[in-house]
Amino acid sequence: MVALDEVFREEWGRVLATLIGVLGDFDLAEDAAQEAFAIAADRWPRDGVPDNPRAWLMRTARNRATDRIRRDRALAPKLALLAAADRVEVPMDATAFPDERLELIFTCCHPALAIEAQVALTLRTVGGLSTDEIARAFLVPERTMAQRLVRAKRKIKAAGIPFRVPPAHLLRERIDAVLAVVYLIFNEGYGGRDDLAAEAIWLGGALAELLGDDPEVRGLLAMMLLHDSRRETRFDGGELVLLADQDPARWDAAQIGRGRSQLDRAIALGGRGPYVLQAAIASLHAQAPCDWAQLAALYGELGRRTASPVVELNRAIAVAETEGPAAGLRIVDGLGLDDFRYLHSTRAELLRRLGRLDEARDAYRRARELTADGAERRFLERRLTELNG
Amino acid sequence: MKYIMLIYQGAALERQAALTEDEQKQVYADYQGINETPGVTPMPPLGLAETATTVRVEGGRTLTTDGPFAGMKEAVGGVFILEADDLDAAIEVAARVPAARYGGAVEIRPSQVYW
Repeated sequence: MVALDEVFREEWGRVLATLIGVLGDFDLAEDAAQEAFAIAADRWPRDGVPDNPRAWLMRTARNRATDRIRRDRALAPKLALLAAADRVEVPMDATAFPDERLELIFTCCHPALAIEAQVALTLRTVGGLSTDEIARAFLVPERTMAQRLVRAKRKIKAAGIPFRVPPAHLLRERIDAVLAVVYLIFNEGYGGRDDLAAEAIWLGGALAELLGDDPEVRGLLAMMLLHDSRRETRFDGGELVLLADQDPARWDAAQIGRGRSQLDRAIALGGRGPYVLQAAIASLHAQAPCDWAQLAALYGELGRRTASPVVELNRAIAVAETEGPAAGLRIVDGLGLDDFRYLHSTRAELLRRLGRLDEARDAYRRARELTADGAERRFLERRLTELNG
Repeated sequence: MKYIMLIYQGAALERQAALTEDEQKQVYADYQGINETPGVTPMPPLGLAETATTVRVEGGRTLTTDGPFAGMKEAVGGVFILEADDLDAAIEVAARVPAARYGGAVEIRPSQVYW
């Protein structure tokens, strides 16, 4: 059954994208695709998987859409779509299908949609997650998520968001919008929900397949693979483990290799953008012992690109390793991030190393005030207890 | 697709008043350019929001108040109709409206028939 899941996962986005391309209607296409996949889930385990699963799914979905238009009077104005549905030819060779997933991704990540809607729609249509699965991943009721999807699809239709790969003069900006969605999904997963991290990596892989010449696309995929390679060691029995305390032997070496080869491709393509830099940083993190001097230099370059105080905070941590905690602290104290919990936990750690324990305790307390998450908060409490003991 | 393009002046009128004469001429020329863009149906220019009158009906009584429905700054400052292939094409026209770059905005509303 695992194999069947794989087939479904690979085919869902492609079949749906082709149907939307022809029918011009998200709802109709989604319903038809869903029915076709349900029939496949029922029959294939019994009758065996057809030789050309994609062609089978396409044909079945097309027939479902045709039936639906004939049956449903409300769809009478869509009779023209019938002719369109008939034009969905089903070639014997599966590779003959135009892959319209890129069109689908760009439509789902159109900046005229709210970012939450972009994320939900991408996971639903390209990733094939159910509404319920997406709702659970983002901790919202299923009804809320269903409404979000309905509203997004309605806006695509009503506002005339095009189903296409954007023309050259819009492409850079739109690729960045797509990458932002995938990155956001990954970050949600990095907080501990592995399923979302895996989903983001899968989407990143599909993008790299479709937009392989874009260094930032490969950079994002590399960064996700490299960060995720340390997943097993980031928590120990639900407790947070810092990089320095992680066991490199338990990092996923094969995945690190895949990440680094994506990074090499990105650099070979001339990539020096924010995602490529972040991938280079993640690559250093996945190397023991860590090269802190190079890490500080990369954070410096990323900081110049993004003017982000959060990046500067990370540079401070690397500088503290090479030039000592006082040098790191000087950078931290120049940042205006008073509501950012990691500023205070970093300050606390540097003050602790400098032996300024009263100030360290105050900083840990401030960090704790700003931290809701279970594992991170427990980590800060352990540090406080150690300082008191 | 038919779009109704709503122009919000925001801070644009004040900022445009502070421009050099040449820059102001450019603003007028840019609006003229929008009006002459294929697919655009210009509407008569709107008077200032402070000359607006807002009408509501409550319990059968007509209530008339001075000024726009939203605040003065949030009021619609201009309208035109655009026939375009899709939203991306409409966004490109919207980005050429001077108000959009001088602190105002353009809202794109697809035309829709509700009956």
